Amino acid sequence: MGFEVLFKGSNMLRLLSGMLVALRISLISVLISIVFGVALGSLMSLKKPAITVASKIYLEFIRIMPQMVLLFLVYFGTTKALGINMSAETASIIVFSLWGTAEMSDLVRGALGGIPAIQYESSYSLGMTTFQTYVYVIIPQIIRRMLPLSINLITRMIKTTSLVMMIGIVEVLKVGQQIIEANRKSSPNAAFGVYATVFLLYFVVCYVISMFSKHLEKKWKN
Amino acid sequence: MNAEVLISYFPLYGEAFWLTVRIGLIGIGLAFVIGIVTAFFSYFKVPFFSQLSKVYIELFRNTPLLVQLFFIYFGLPKIGIRISAEVCGVVGLGLLGGSYMAEGFRSGLEAVPKSQTESALALGMTRGQMFFNVIFPEAFSLSVPAIVANIIFLLKETSVFSAISLMDLMFTAKDLIGLYYNTTEALFLLVLFYMVMLLPVSILGNVIEKKVRFKMFGA
Repeated sequence: MGFEVLFKGSNMLRLLSGMLVALRISLISVLISIVFGVALGSLMSLKKPAITVASKIYLEFIRIMPQMVLLFLVYFGTTKALGINMSAETASIIVFSLWGTAEMSDLVRGALGGIPAIQYESSYSLGMTTFQTYVYVIIPQIIRRMLPLSINLITRMIKTTSLVMMIGIVEVLKVGQQIIEANRKSSPNAAFGVYATVFLLYFVVCYVISMFSKHLEKKWKN
Repeated sequence: MNAEVLISYFPLYGEAFWLTVRIGLIGIGLAFVIGIVTAFFSYFKVPFFSQLSKVYIELFRNTPLLVQLFFIYFGLPKIGIRISAEVCGVVGLGLLGGSYMAEGFRSGLEAVPKSQTESALALGMTRGQMFFNVIFPEAFSLSVPAIVANIIFLLKETSVFSAISLMDLMFTAKDLIGLYYNTTEALFLLVLFYMVMLLPVSILGNVIEKKVRFKMFGA
């Protein structure tokens, strides 16, 4: 069935290190997205017309374009238009951060908008300063609402990183391809075993993370 | 940007556009069917099938379409299952979408109050009648926002079809860039055609969502 290829030499290790490349790209992008997403989301909830319009356009464009198109735009487009020669990994981190920021800011805006006005009023009437209100009352509630959703974003990010092989990054799918090519003679059925393994690798990683987010969601449901 | 180049590329993109739309629509149709069937199984807790659909949903929700397509297109022929690229695209999109649709329908079904089930049964309906005439229509309107989001998601996902050498928009753009190096024009048309495909769906989705919400809370 082609699974035996994985036990030859260091093939399984190579596959796993390919998975790590995908995970590294998505982790860096998620961290950047959280920082910018929180900033943009807070700006959006100020409801200043100029900010609202600009962020709407940004959000709509990013969310409507397939991530693959964005990858091509940044990787091939900037090279030609601006003469910048960036590595494929930089390009993919930029794209995933742009996309993640859009998704994250929408979550932050939703969470901020979902806090009832009573929460602010009660804190103020208890004599809290604005700073205290946010630190002790509002932000803890927002984190509770957002954490499960942000963890979901991580799994979506990991799944989307499979696209980066299309701009030439050697991640788990590409490593799989290389292993299949190299063993074409000795095990012609390698494609089945290798791709099944890649499938399961992605499944294990994303399943564990999404179980964790479901667990948090249930625990904090109050 | 060169207008002549744009015009000469246009028909190529048009062809790719129709291919994407055609496979996308058939795939989404298949996703609907799979989603409804699996939601039906898990709602009635049909033995064996409900467990099977749970495994299926988790497997396909937690893996990327590109990996699924590689497995179906390059992996399965090695154990004797050989299908064309187009069928593979439809099946891949249908399986991925089915798992997302099933989740959408499931949350809709869960939101239908229990009194609806009880009233339907009290009126002497069979369980089948109850599901298809009472519960499902209500659940469907509750799941509309999720369904619209899924349709947009699935149309976007069609962009990975180029990996199994289907001549879709992405493939055309990549091909033209490689052949003539008119990167700006090729990418501009790529964005334009995806806009034409997805913007109406997105706007229509917003309208439908508002209508449904009005029906739920208004009147």
